[in-house]
Order: sequence, then structure tokens, then C-alpha cells
Amino acid sequence: MAEAALTATAGATSAEGVETPTARAIRRFKRRKGALIALFVIAIFIAAAALAPLISPYNPDLQTWSAVRKAPSALHWFGTDDVGRDVLARVIFGARASLLAGVISVAIALLVGVPVGLVSGYLGGFIDALFSRITDALLACPFLILAIALAAFLGPSLGNAMIAIGITTTPIFIRLTRGQVMAVKVEDYVEAARAVGNPHWRIALVHILPNILPALLVQATLSIAAAIIAEAALSFLGLGQQPPAPSWGSMLNAAQRFLVNAPWMAIWPGLAIFLTVLSFNLVGDGLRDALDPRSR
Amino acid sequence: MLTFVGRRVLQLIPTLFFVSVIIFSLQHLLPGDPALVMAGEERDPAAIEQIRQHYHLDRPLPVQYVYWVKGALSGDLGESMRLKEPVLSLIVKKLPVTITLASIAIVIALVIGVGAGIVSAVKKDSIWDYAANVFALWGISTPNFWLGIMLIFLFSVKLGWLPASGYVPLTEDWRASLATMVMPAFVLGNAIAAVLMRHTRSAMLHVLDSDYIRTARAKGLLEHSVIFKHALRNALTPVITLGALEFGTLLSGAVLTEQIFTIPGFGKLIVDAVFNRDYAVVQGVVLVTATAYMTLNLLADMAYILVNPRLRG
Repeated sequence: MAEAALTATAGATSAEGVETPTARAIRRFKRRKGALIALFVIAIFIAAAALAPLISPYNPDLQTWSAVRKAPSALHWFGTDDVGRDVLARVIFGARASLLAGVISVAIALLVGVPVGLVSGYLGGFIDALFSRITDALLACPFLILAIALAAFLGPSLGNAMIAIGITTTPIFIRLTRGQVMAVKVEDYVEAARAVGNPHWRIALVHILPNILPALLVQATLSIAAAIIAEAALSFLGLGQQPPAPSWGSMLNAAQRFLVNAPWMAIWPGLAIFLTVLSFNLVGDGLRDALDPRSR
Repeated sequence: MLTFVGRRVLQLIPTLFFVSVIIFSLQHLLPGDPALVMAGEERDPAAIEQIRQHYHLDRPLPVQYVYWVKGALSGDLGESMRLKEPVLSLIVKKLPVTITLASIAIVIALVIGVGAGIVSAVKKDSIWDYAANVFALWGISTPNFWLGIMLIFLFSVKLGWLPASGYVPLTEDWRASLATMVMPAFVLGNAIAAVLMRHTRSAMLHVLDSDYIRTARAKGLLEHSVIFKHALRNALTPVITLGALEFGTLLSGAVLTEQIFTIPGFGKLIVDAVFNRDYAVVQGVVLVTATAYMTLNLLADMAYILVNPRLRG
């Protein structure tokens, strides 16, 4: 512990003067090649999703009956599907549904989970006990089963899938925020902020929240990965993005029926999910190591 | 020990209460008249009236809830609109299939996950450690429905070694049963193996660094004896209990796996119910899985205390 503190101080003052925590985290993150490459891959997917109409070789919904289930070729790099649509175009446009679902559902979870966790951890007592039991109850329902049930009752659509995934992800953020707040609120600087007469909301928002942001950032990144898989799973089951709008999950569902003579229909959307999720997991792991004050 | 168990069981009561509220509330997410939507294809006014009566939809919400919980507690989870069969008996019928699948998956996950975890901890920073970590990352990032489809493509379509789908009960023909189960069980076990590998690795690294391991080595014990007799026993305790938490992942994964391999289990039941707007079945499945998950966690907590004398107090 003492050793860690010493090396941390040495690291912080090594360059010239004092290194800010953010600068230190960036320096540490840059050392992780896997995470950097992953960040680059995510950037490519985001660019593809944003510029889809410009870079896509074909209209993703254009059915060409003369080119049904054609193997990958110079004309169709990823081949064509069962109604002659270009698989590459659909993978590019499908990135929109997946990334949007990943980001929006985690945003929902953050918007609900962080305030509830802050209040719960800061106030304690009855409010905390109440929120904690509700959190336990949500966590007791297996993630995907609850998401499926919610999506089923809300009705199948991409928007409802995002809401369903957002709700099922929320308890993770309530629990994380609550735990972090309970650890931080007994620190001397919070005590000091209270002693000089700051109101509760100011202590919670200005003094506590910034200190738990690193943990939230790491969890949010990893949760985006889980949310992208969940959206693909819901779309695969027909509860997410509705056909003919392209999404990686529903493409896999269609591909299942044509495995014998059109395996490329299954390979590319699956690979796209895998690469995106892997990248978010790698960036999340990298951020965790870079932001951990105990490691160098 | 007894006071601990008592306190844990008491804690379950409010949690179960909220679980039941959440599941009960689901039916009120339905747009429009719940009785009409729950009737699905059924347009017979008498049938719709029967649903309204059964769920007491004409009464205030809290009253509806009390009726619903009373029913659930006495095993009445409603009736499947499509199959005209009580939800509970449907679940009881499908459960053995999923339990068989899940058990084989857990064995696969334990063998791969714990094995890889031990190797990567013992050979820390070697190529083996690196490979095990890549495996874990791969396991966590691969959507299991894609893995399932790819395995079917390789082993059923290309090589023709295994049946692509179907289910044979273990008691009927164990060879045929294992042949149909091996791919889905691997798909299901894969993600959990990755999590178990990470837990085993960190637990083993922690234990291998302790004084008694240094003592064991100092007195000249063989390395495999140090690792398997001294270190592994202590390292496995947290792995087993953390592994119990993966039960939820297992059930979630079973939904997709059973769908891909057309295995008539629990997961297939909920998916079919969703497609047929058989809402009582959906609610019943969520309620049963949540209860099972909580019970299993309670058992895992108790097991943790039993094997860890320091916590008995």
C-alpha cells in the first residue's frame, strides 16, 4: 500500500511538475495497444454508421431477384441475401441499429441509475433500503429474460428494445453508484464540504459525483458491449428492429434458414457484432486499468 | 450460521415482493385493454370476459395484485391462452430439458474455465496465460446465437458429424441425447467458461502468493502437489460461489440456444409464448426463473460459509 502510494507520487511528478489524473489516465491508456486498436475499430463502425448512405455500395433494402443468394464477389463483396439484397450494405446500415441501441439503452440506465444510486447511497436509511430491495428484485430476473418479457409486453420495435435493455441495465448502475457514494461520502473532503455549510445537493453533485465518474465510465463502456449483444439477441428473436430495416440480429435470424447454400449471410453480421462487442470490452478493460489509482 | 441463514431468508421476502410487483406490472404495459390483448387471436366475448374475471381486471389495481399473488403462491400462474393448459404444468414439463442442457453446459464451463484459469495463473505472463486471456475475451464477446449458427454450419452442414437440431431425452437413448446436446451445451457453457477462467485466474494468483504456499514449496513438496492439493482447494471456494451468480447468464443463454437448436425447453417456451402473445406464460417463466435464481444465490452463500470456517462466527 505504502509502496503503491510512493510510486503513484513518483509517477505523478516524474515529467515536469504535476501530472493531472486525466493526463495520467490517457498516458496509461495509450500504453495498451489492444485498447487503442479497439478504439480505432469503434471509430470505424461509428463512421460507417454515420456515413452509411455515402459509403454503402447499394441501397440496403433494394431487392434484386436476379441476384438471390449470390456468393461474395467483386460486385457484392459480402454476397447477397435470400431476396437479393447486398449483405455489405445491410451490415453497414445495421451498424446504426446496434450502436444506437448500445448507446441509448446505456444512457437510459445512466439517467435513471445514477440519480437513484446517489440518493440511495447518500441518504441511507429507509430510502436506501427501499431502492436496494427494488434493485435486488430487478437483478434477480435474468437479464435477457427480463428484457424479452419487457420487449414482448411493450411491443416489438427498436425503440422498445432499447427501453427494455435500458431498464434491465439500470440496477447495475444503481448498485455501482450507491456503493461508490457510500465509500466516498466518509472521506475527509466530503466532511470538509459539509462543515463549511454546503447544501446536500451540492455535496452530492459537486463533491461526490466527479469522484465516481471513472467507475461509471468503465461500467458504461462494458454495458454498451452487453447492450449491443442484447439488442442483437432481441432482433434475432424478432423483438427489436423490425424487417425490412436492417439489423445484425435479424440478419442472423434470416441467415439460419439458408446455412446450407448461403453461409455468408450468417458470417458477416455475426462478425460485425463480435468485433463491435469485443472492441467495447477491450476499451472497457483498458479504461479500468488506466483509471485504477492502485495500479501504475 | 442459523442467524445468518434466517437473516438472508428474511431479506428475500421484500425482494420477492418487488419481483412479483414487477412481473404483475408487466401486463399493464400492454397497450389498450389488457383482457382484449391477452386474448390474442381469441375474439369470443365469453373468452375475453373469462380473462377479465380470472385476472379480476374490473377491480382496482391493488386488489388485482393481491388476487394474482394469492394465485401464484398456491401454484396458479394462470393458463396458457394458446395451449389451454395451466402455466405451471407447462413449466414443470419443460424444466427437465433445460436442466439437462444447463448441467452439461456447467460441466463444460467448469472443465474449460477452471482448467484454463489454473494454467494461466501458474504460467503467469507466458504464452499460455496470454492465450487463456484471449480465450476469455473471445468467450465474453461472442454472441452465443452466432456461435451456435457457426457450429451448426461447421459440424452439421459441412462435416455432418452432429445433428443440427432436435432433442432426445437422456433416459431414452443417452448416445443420441449427448449427440444432440453437445453443441448447444458448448455454446451455453462457452461464455460462462470465460467468466470462470477470469475468476479462477485471479483467485489462484492470490492464493499462490500466500505464505502457506511458500511454506509448502519450502519443505520440498512437488509442484503439482502444491498447486492441486494446497492452492486449488482454497482458490476454488470463491470460484464456485461466483459461478452460482452465472446461473442467470445460463438461463438467459438457454433462451437463444434452445431457439437455435430447437430444443423444447424453458427458453423455447418463453420465446414461443412471446410470439403467440401468450402473456401468462411469459410472466410465469420470469417469476419461476427469478425465484430459482434467488434460491440458488442463497444456497451459494450458505455453501460459502460452510466451506469457509472463518466466516462461521
